[in-house]
Amino acid sequence: MRTFIVLLQKEFLQIRRNSFLPRLIIAFPILIMLIMPLIMTMDVRNVNVAVVDLDRSTTSQRIASHIEASEYLRLTHSTTEYPLAMDALEQGLVDVIVQIPDHFERDLMVSTPERISITANAVNATKGGIGMQYIVQTIARTLAELRGEKSPTKLSELVTIENRYNPTLNYRHYMIPALMIILFILICGFLPALSIVGEKECGSIEQINVTPVSRLTFTLSKLVPYWIIGLFVLTIAMLVARLAYGLSPVGSVGAIYLGAALFILTISGFSLTIANFSETMQQTMFVMFFFIMIFMLMSGLLTPVDSMPEWAQKFTTILPPRYYIEILRSVYLKGTTIAELWPNFVALGIFALCFNTLAALTYKKQA
Amino acid sequence: MKQNFASFVKKESLHILRDTRTMLIVMLIPVVLMVLFGFAISTEVNNVNVAVVAPNRTDGIRDAVERLSQNEYFTFKGYITPDDIDPYLRSGKASAVVVFASDYDRGVTQAATGVPTKPVIQLIADASNVNTAGSSTAYLQSILLGAASQQAMFETRMLFNPQMRSAYNFVPGIMGLIFILVCAMMTSVSIVREKEVGTMEVLLVSPVRPVKIIFAKMIPYFAISCVVLVTILLLARYLLEVPMSGGVGGIFTISLLYLILSLSLGLLVSTIAQTQVVALLISAVVMMMPILMLSGMLFPIENLPKFFQVISNIVPARWYIDAVRKMMIQGLPIVAVWKNCAILLGMTIALLGVSLKKFNDKLE
Amino acid sequence: MNDIVISVRELSKRFGNFTAVDRISFDVYRGEIFGFMGANGAGKTTAMRMLCGLSYPTSGKGSVAGYDIMHEGEQIKRHIGYMSQRFSLYNDLTVWENMRLFAGIYGLNKSQTEQRATELLERLNFSSECNTLVGSLPLGWKQKLSFAIATIHRPEVVFLDEPTGGVDPITRRQFWEMIYEAAESGTTIFVTTHYMDEAEYCTRVSIMVDGKVQALDTPTRLKQQFAAESMDEVFRILARGAQRGE
Repeated sequence: MRTFIVLLQKEFLQIRRNSFLPRLIIAFPILIMLIMPLIMTMDVRNVNVAVVDLDRSTTSQRIASHIEASEYLRLTHSTTEYPLAMDALEQGLVDVIVQIPDHFERDLMVSTPERISITANAVNATKGGIGMQYIVQTIARTLAELRGEKSPTKLSELVTIENRYNPTLNYRHYMIPALMIILFILICGFLPALSIVGEKECGSIEQINVTPVSRLTFTLSKLVPYWIIGLFVLTIAMLVARLAYGLSPVGSVGAIYLGAALFILTISGFSLTIANFSETMQQTMFVMFFFIMIFMLMSGLLTPVDSMPEWAQKFTTILPPRYYIEILRSVYLKGTTIAELWPNFVALGIFALCFNTLAALTYKKQA
Repeated sequence: MKQNFASFVKKESLHILRDTRTMLIVMLIPVVLMVLFGFAISTEVNNVNVAVVAPNRTDGIRDAVERLSQNEYFTFKGYITPDDIDPYLRSGKASAVVVFASDYDRGVTQAATGVPTKPVIQLIADASNVNTAGSSTAYLQSILLGAASQQAMFETRMLFNPQMRSAYNFVPGIMGLIFILVCAMMTSVSIVREKEVGTMEVLLVSPVRPVKIIFAKMIPYFAISCVVLVTILLLARYLLEVPMSGGVGGIFTISLLYLILSLSLGLLVSTIAQTQVVALLISAVVMMMPILMLSGMLFPIENLPKFFQVISNIVPARWYIDAVRKMMIQGLPIVAVWKNCAILLGMTIALLGVSLKKFNDKLE
Repeated sequence: MNDIVISVRELSKRFGNFTAVDRISFDVYRGEIFGFMGANGAGKTTAMRMLCGLSYPTSGKGSVAGYDIMHEGEQIKRHIGYMSQRFSLYNDLTVWENMRLFAGIYGLNKSQTEQRATELLERLNFSSECNTLVGSLPLGWKQKLSFAIATIHRPEVVFLDEPTGGVDPITRRQFWEMIYEAAESGTTIFVTTHYMDEAEYCTRVSIMVDGKVQALDTPTRLKQQFAAESMDEVFRILARGAQRGE
């Protein structure tokens, strides 16, 4: 026990003496939590629309004005020549072109008119796809309205929509839990590995290896500081989310901390394992970068796991962040309880145990 | 003198090749990224779990549920009671719940005949995932109302990317990221390591001119980047079926320019940083973060707050990624992106000038 | 004096095709200052790392303080002190913090630590520097501190790997005084060096060439055996046959 305490004391002293780390631990979460929600908006707004109006009727004008009024769409070009609109699309000034055919209004009254053609720039598949949907809905509503002026009930009024847990559809509320996990991955993932490899590079690890300190004690002495730092970072992040974006957890704070405690152990244990297999900082960074990249992209932090193909969804079951993002998002936004999420907690517990056992076992005192 | 230079290049190449693990990772990163973005990651809304609350299962409701469960976007999770709505949504068993009113059938008939009607369907979506909630409620609405027929009014076309692969958008982003990683980050770290270990001094007292030593260090990384470039283009063409109808000449030209720019950045970092850790941190904070956040790789620039839109102008990757997207996916010729080329060229000249000057100053 | 502390038989270490240590055998007795000499690359450090439980032997047997080096590495570590060729204390900790750390690691409790550290600091005339960061000390001081810390838990054997490399002659002298003091109190000293004048201070000296122990005896008898004036000469005679360069 005494051994463990002096080792822990040493880790904290080293972190405190470092000219960079204490600042990183405080400033990094604040900056990330303040700035990133502003940047990480993948919801589709500001879709630029060009209307090629060959009809020049009240109907086509009505369509254009509805597009202009939509909060997601922006009418940037109004023309009668398709090539002009196409040029703008190629230059990236326009995302979607709506072409209203000649005699559209006249035909609409009597029979089925020629179809409205909508062309979306799908280089960005999300924007193209969702932008297309918005346009189709907007125009469909306009047309329904035009027809409905004869009938008292509009079809769409039969349905009410409730966006539960996030009524304003605020994208930031969706991203903030993901950002917290990214913080854990970056801070509690990189730092323990760099700390071990740093000791390898400067030789001090050999002085430790020649003492009777057990592998487990040493591994724990590297884990515990980052565990505490991680929980501290979580506290900062939650405070910033509350103060800057007015987001507080609906569910229990205890569940969030319990999940964090397990998740940080997992990610730090993983980091230490990588460090045990690395010789230089460059190597450690690249190997960590590789895994972190997969963690970030595949765990459902940025894109929903449900949208992935079957094989990819199976693959995500071996990614620890996948379980914690589910916990964090549902507790934060929906108020889900530990009882409902217990499989996720169990999974994280197993990961934490496995990676840390692995970290202790792969630490070689004797080569 | 030529002999000397060649032997330096050889020494550097051996150094790099010997660290097989790092090499492997460098080659693997673009491949894995391409596969993930190409086949695994999708922002399209798919497989949305829907539960239904129906006080009585009339024919009309059965019809509507039938239409719902046959739709490929939705998975019907069964009928639940009103008390189950919240638990289902909270635990993620369902992402949306459709609640039918008891007088659903009557309401629909009335509406069809033009009698004013109260709403008969309530859609409750788990809006903790904003995009899924937004598009699934829209889909549900049109399916339930049978308004799908409205679609016949439109002829829609997805230009450049008819299969809607998100990879198309990300391939240029991956290129922008990888080249900085290899050229700027790896070169700077390897130059700084020589400084740290002290071997740099030994090299500098040799009769080879210092600039040549630096170039010799850069050449292997440049070569690796070229291999990565070819790999990415091959994968893009044959695995992801990106058309590249504009030809690859333009892409190569601008990529080479970008590689030189990245190398100059690496040199600049190496003249500032004294230790490997500092070099890594500078690379991460000053280069990686802006590329991930401000280059339009992941998050569209037009969505950024104004302030960040302005800042994004000084991120070289922004111009490179934009140009590659246009050439690779839209098939535009290089002349169409002359502005991007000019900006990148200007940045390269400036960076190269500053870093060489700083490097020479350090020597004196 | 016949109490054997280190015993090595036919010990070898190979890295791939390269035999760093080639079937060496010797005994070291309690209280000896055992000099382990050899040119750079002769295999000294590799042999020493095996004895300290840092590296497994490829073949052969050995025991340190009564424990087997193959299977009881962790037991050995309780009974030895080690000072490596590279300075490897924590530069970002103070003199006192380093001492407290290693005392704690070896299981000394608070009061023992206090007592032992104060004693060592006084002997080194270091008391005034006890709150200085180790990184800012001059090299010679660092080396003396390393040695002090290697003996903080009063080990049976202390392994010193080129302890005086790069140190000025006066500090070297002081350093050897510390070694003598430790040896007089019953600690066995196992020291590698390539300063041949230091060989003269050792009780017995072994000389390694190309992974093998080529000579082992007291300095006086070695000089007689090779009809040499100094240990330096003995060494040069032996090193002439070396195959390995730097």
